[in-house]
Amino acid sequence: MVKNETSPDPKNRIWMFFASVKLTVALLLTLAVTSIIGTVIPQNESPAAYVNAYGENLYRIFSVLNFFDMYRSWWFQLLIIFLTINVVVCSLERLPKTWKIVSVKVPPFNADRFRDDNSKVDFQSQRSVQTLRQAFEPFICKKFNYCRVEETDKGVLLFGEKGRWTRLGAYIVHMSIIFLLVGALIGSIYGFEGFVNIPEGQTVNQIRLRNSNEIYPLDFDIRCDRFSVSFYETGTPKEYRSALTILEEEKPVLQKDIIVNDPLSYKGINIFQSSYGSLPSESLTLSISSREPQLGFNFVKETKIGEPVELPDGKGSVVIQDYTNSAQFGGRSIGEAFIGVLTPKEGEPVQVILPLRFPNFDRMRQGDFIIAVQDYEKKFYTGLQVAYDPGVPVVYLGFIVMILGCFITFFISHQRICIEVIRAGNSSRVMVAGTSNKNKLGMQQKIKRISEKLQGMSQVNSPTT
Amino acid sequence: MNSSGILSITTFVYATAAFLYIFAWVFKKDFPGKVATWVASVGLAGNISGFILRWIESYQMGIGRAPLSNLYESLVFFALTIALIYLVIEQKYRNRTMGAFAFPLAFLALAYASLSPNISDRIQPLVPALKSNWLIAHVVTCFIGYAAFAIAFGLSIMFILRQRAKTEGSILKRFPEPRVLDELTYQLIMLGFLFLSIGIITGAVWANSAWGRYWGWDPKETWSLITWFVYSTLIHARMMRGWHGKRIAWLSIVGFMAVMFTYFGVNLLPGLHSYGASG
Ligand code: HEM
Repeated sequence: MVKNETSPDPKNRIWMFFASVKLTVALLLTLAVTSIIGTVIPQNESPAAYVNAYGENLYRIFSVLNFFDMYRSWWFQLLIIFLTINVVVCSLERLPKTWKIVSVKVPPFNADRFRDDNSKVDFQSQRSVQTLRQAFEPFICKKFNYCRVEETDKGVLLFGEKGRWTRLGAYIVHMSIIFLLVGALIGSIYGFEGFVNIPEGQTVNQIRLRNSNEIYPLDFDIRCDRFSVSFYETGTPKEYRSALTILEEEKPVLQKDIIVNDPLSYKGINIFQSSYGSLPSESLTLSISSREPQLGFNFVKETKIGEPVELPDGKGSVVIQDYTNSAQFGGRSIGEAFIGVLTPKEGEPVQVILPLRFPNFDRMRQGDFIIAVQDYEKKFYTGLQVAYDPGVPVVYLGFIVMILGCFITFFISHQRICIEVIRAGNSSRVMVAGTSNKNKLGMQQKIKRISEKLQGMSQVNSPTT
Repeated sequence: MNSSGILSITTFVYATAAFLYIFAWVFKKDFPGKVATWVASVGLAGNISGFILRWIESYQMGIGRAPLSNLYESLVFFALTIALIYLVIEQKYRNRTMGAFAFPLAFLALAYASLSPNISDRIQPLVPALKSNWLIAHVVTCFIGYAAFAIAFGLSIMFILRQRAKTEGSILKRFPEPRVLDELTYQLIMLGFLFLSIGIITGAVWANSAWGRYWGWDPKETWSLITWFVYSTLIHARMMRGWHGKRIAWLSIVGFMAVMFTYFGVNLLPGLHSYGASG
């Protein structure tokens, strides 16, 4: 890079500022450090939760600094924009020079540079220069994509090289970063991300957006035909499955069961299984029995929420008032339950809790009547994530290019080799030297191996010539 | 014997190898070093068998999945990759003092998996979110990256110590030359960086196929990106600003701290990634 700090031209000064690798290092480190903030402070919680956690004053300061939604804050985005400009400017600044090196038709060789190399290998051979040349040339041309032989007054020079294009590796990586950022930008402008809960059997045509909480209309309908959840024996969930139907103008056009990791895709919009819940059950069957069997009765009655059930002989009545997903008892959660009120003929009304998981729960109340839920209608809703992101193909392209670019940049080098064969009376002297733009240790070993091969070739066939 | 049994024994084999490497280095003896290489190879064989056996066991239990889905299994794989990469390097560079710094890391990873009371070695079926082929690609690539960074970390410490070696007879002089340590560290960091990048990318593709977003700034994702930024800084500092030696060694140590935080520390933060603290 050209250092040009004294330049009076402000345009040039800005350009140079963005072409600097010091800036790259500074930006990368700043991003690394500032990114920590959002992992320590939970993001996008309610203001009340923050005031509770940090107190009024810290809350104000953090709020001004956008710490509660920092990855979308202006200053974080500015850092990313700077990084983008940095990569673009720097690549533009250097690419012409690199391109000149990469695009040469006839690669230049400076034999003296190889002769001065201190890891070169020398050996003697009994064979003539031309015989050696004939043996070496195909070998070198096979090992290196480009090769060339030059006659000199003392003998011959063989050059070989490969991987000149890998000098573009860093530009490939940098291009991939541009792809990622452009893809992300496309997604944030044209994409959306939202969620919707659909009770079994029902149809929706709008979702709620995640960031703004606004309603977003879809131009098709989604119907949830069925939702099911299955469990392993250990009780951990095994599979969430929603049978969905997409409808256009009330006609089904697509039907698919979705599970986590296997979404449905329609018109570029992806629909993911994300959560579920059970719905308030409307109707249920109660069994009511008297505690003392001799006195007793035991009867079963179908009912609905809010609909009173009369006990026999005018002994009172029971009404189920509510259904809850997570009832509490003695400070512990006992899961889904119906909650009702028992009003005996004499005495105070009492609350009864009928958890679905513990059918005999009401016995504990020690009342005159034992109430239990014998059967109930179970209904689920499925929670779907609905996302549209037209930037994804660009991002994925960036992913592939980045992996390729990193591989090229790190592990493929521009290697050059020079073999000089000089007449020395009837025999010859051979020098082998090589350079590489990275992994120099590896190249030294490679030169050693190649020279051993060459030495073998120059002796085996005709040791006496 | 079941896989956990084999892996517990392997932990002690690794401990023995690590001890022998350190002993050979400190007392300047060659023979214990040679034994260390054998013991380490036996340990690696045990580690690999344990890994494969666990895979088979999961099929016998009717669960049938690659053993790469919780903290215990990831640690077992981490130890495996550290030991494997280390032994390859030892073969190539023929210097066993590196074992004194690299092999204890393989031991610690496996010891943490086998001995910590907080980590369950039960084979559990996969929850729905983890049922994806991307999981395997993601975990394998991440941990190859982490293992390369771990060994680079060991070598960086050696480099910093080596620079302080003054007297000729110091045990630090038995280390490879600083030039070689420096180059090797950088090679490992490039390997690690490539695999870390692939790991982040496969994670992103997986997130996109499961939740419809490839990036969500959850703490684990963010910390892996922080790690990526640190090593990216290192690579630029070296390629463009000619940083070598000590400064690269320190950056490599900082980078490995970020790796460790991504792996373990994030569980202490609020977040929803799949490897919970109880694994
Ligand atoms: C994260 C965003 C990145 C930014 C902002 C960035 C920026 C830069 C800049 C400004 C330069 C110097 C100018 C140039 O030669 O083009 C540079 C060079 C370089 N970058 Fe990056 N870079 C980034 C990511 C990467 C990654 C991930 C790699 C990993 C392969 C990488 C590899 C390189 C290499 C090898 C060079 C040296 C190029 C040469 O020798 O000509 N960069 N980078």
